[in-house]
Amino acid sequence: MAQPLSGAPARSPQENPGAQTLLEIRNATKIYGGSFMNRRVTVALQDYNLTIQERPATITTIAGESGSGKSTLANLVLGFTKITTGQIFYKGVDIMTMNSQQQLDYRREVQAIFQDPYSVYNPFYRVKHIFDLVINNFKLARNKNEARDMIESALNVVGLRGQEVLEKYPHQLSGGQRQRMMVARAFLLRPRLIVADEPVSMVDASLRAMILDLMLKLRDEQNISFLYITHDLSTAYQIGDQIYLLYQGAIAERGNTQEVIENPKHPYVQLLIDSIPVPDPTIRWGGESVVSLDDEQMRVNAASGCRFYNRCPHRMDRCLEKLPPLYPISGNGHEAACYLYDK
Amino acid sequence: MEQTKRIVPQATERSTVLDVQNLKVYYETPTGDVRAVDDVSFKIEQGEIVGLVGESGCGKTTTAMAILRLVQAPGRIVGGKMLLDGIDIVTLNDAELRDVRWRKMALVPQGAMNSLNPVMRINTQLGDAIVTHQPRISAAELKERLLDLLNMVGLPSRIYSMYPHELSGGMKQRVCIAMAVALNPSLIIADEPTSALDVVVQRVVAQTLLDIKDRLGVSMVVIGHDMGLMAQLADRIAVMYAGHLVELAPVRQIYAQPMHPYTQLLIESIPSIKERKPLKITEGITHDLRNPPPGCIFQSRCPQVMDICRQVRPPLLEHPSRQQVACHLYEK
Repeated sequence: MAQPLSGAPARSPQENPGAQTLLEIRNATKIYGGSFMNRRVTVALQDYNLTIQERPATITTIAGESGSGKSTLANLVLGFTKITTGQIFYKGVDIMTMNSQQQLDYRREVQAIFQDPYSVYNPFYRVKHIFDLVINNFKLARNKNEARDMIESALNVVGLRGQEVLEKYPHQLSGGQRQRMMVARAFLLRPRLIVADEPVSMVDASLRAMILDLMLKLRDEQNISFLYITHDLSTAYQIGDQIYLLYQGAIAERGNTQEVIENPKHPYVQLLIDSIPVPDPTIRWGGESVVSLDDEQMRVNAASGCRFYNRCPHRMDRCLEKLPPLYPISGNGHEAACYLYDK
Repeated sequence: MEQTKRIVPQATERSTVLDVQNLKVYYETPTGDVRAVDDVSFKIEQGEIVGLVGESGCGKTTTAMAILRLVQAPGRIVGGKMLLDGIDIVTLNDAELRDVRWRKMALVPQGAMNSLNPVMRINTQLGDAIVTHQPRISAAELKERLLDLLNMVGLPSRIYSMYPHELSGGMKQRVCIAMAVALNPSLIIADEPTSALDVVVQRVVAQTLLDIKDRLGVSMVVIGHDMGLMAQLADRIAVMYAGHLVELAPVRQIYAQPMHPYTQLLIESIPSIKERKPLKITEGITHDLRNPPPGCIFQSRCPQVMDICRQVRPPLLEHPSRQQVACHLYEK
């Protein structure tokens, strides 16, 4: 059994004010639909801002329920969909105006790990195929020996050995092994940022810790930042540095992960944290039972006003006028988008 | 409320709904049988929820499918008995099975919300099972039954003639639960009923299940790996590891004092939102399931392994705390 890693202290971007920004998202809005064929407009992301510093490397969590826009954000950063308005800067360069060399660098330095370690492999190829592909695409090695050494060292980082796994087919590996291989594949490219979209939600509870520990190790030893996208606040609490909680495309609350989860301010975030089942049968689920929710109640189409209005226990008339801006809660970056904190 | 009291017997006079004895389910492969469920025995009493937990590949879904006789080739039930209200399900033929399924036991499948037919209205699919088993039911009576069912799972009656795409994930999940209780079965098997839902909706669905249990006195087997949810939902927890049932205990005992080393590992690895602690790292199932080692199934990962563990398989024994555990550590 591997030894546990020491508890990770949270890192905050304020530690190093002179640092360069790695990724900056400025007023990003993504709207689906609205074309001639599809008139229904869905605002997946609205006026979204995020900054990740280059050093120290951090794990930034994006959390929210399904439909909150967290995967849209991942797709925007990875370049799978185009932004409607706003800009994304990587090392100060707008990713929409990059030249081909910059684009190539961006594609190499920003890597992804996906949710389902079962469906990302082509079942017809041996698993070493995924490594050969990236080495060929990015011309990482001059000859086969060099390539083999690179793959081996990447696998060692995730605790695997080449001779045990490379010649196998995907179905011969466990879910945990497959997900670690994906981390190794990303690591092979020496990325600066890994977008991890629900990397542990399909991995068993007992194996989850291994992947999370790997993320901490890459952050601390290799200086790789993570954009950790999840709906599971408990794993975010264990490893995350900064957290952004989304509700229907807008930031509801953000700040230091421990501070936000221990002391949530936005009514939605409070509901979310109350709903996490407590692993102790002597403690009943927090608060009173939740009223069952209708779709109509959950989805407010009005573009103006707070999107949580219909479900909010503290709603005021003012909430319908305009989407509340982020109000500071404490001096160290903890902010909530709720008029309750307007002073 | 009066009715509820009549249906649910007191804890002391509970009867056994399902009695599984020495169940064995093997999957045939060219290089030997995979023992997915190996000699598993347990009982389920009336009106209780048993949470079946374990990592993927440990045989929990296979056990559930075996209870419903839904194991498909290359899998087969090799041995054992499963008595549901006194009838051995293993020996039933197809016609008898059709009668027992839905009427006596029902399934809420994994990813249930994707199991609804997208081109059928809710009332048609919900009524399907009822009409199949009670062909002579009148239209008015059927409608009343369906509205009752929707009400029972907390859904508004306006969804009666809607299509599945008009509902949210949690609502679809509750339609599937309504479907499972449609014929008042004595046993419901729910395979990961909340796994694709976010925490708020998950809580609504879990509360629906608890509510159904209280109102109908139905027994449930809930499969899942979210130990936090299980603590809130189950009355007893059954822990499986590599095809073996290693511990079966009342929920309070198992969280307060897990006995089997694997259960201890499972409880320790629950991520907390109260304190940040070092991550506990573990490997998955390490041995080849086709060729399990003699003795205890957990020996290769067990921190407290002894000589006897490599030779004799520990039997599942009941301890004074009402915990049943298969481990040599507790044998005297």
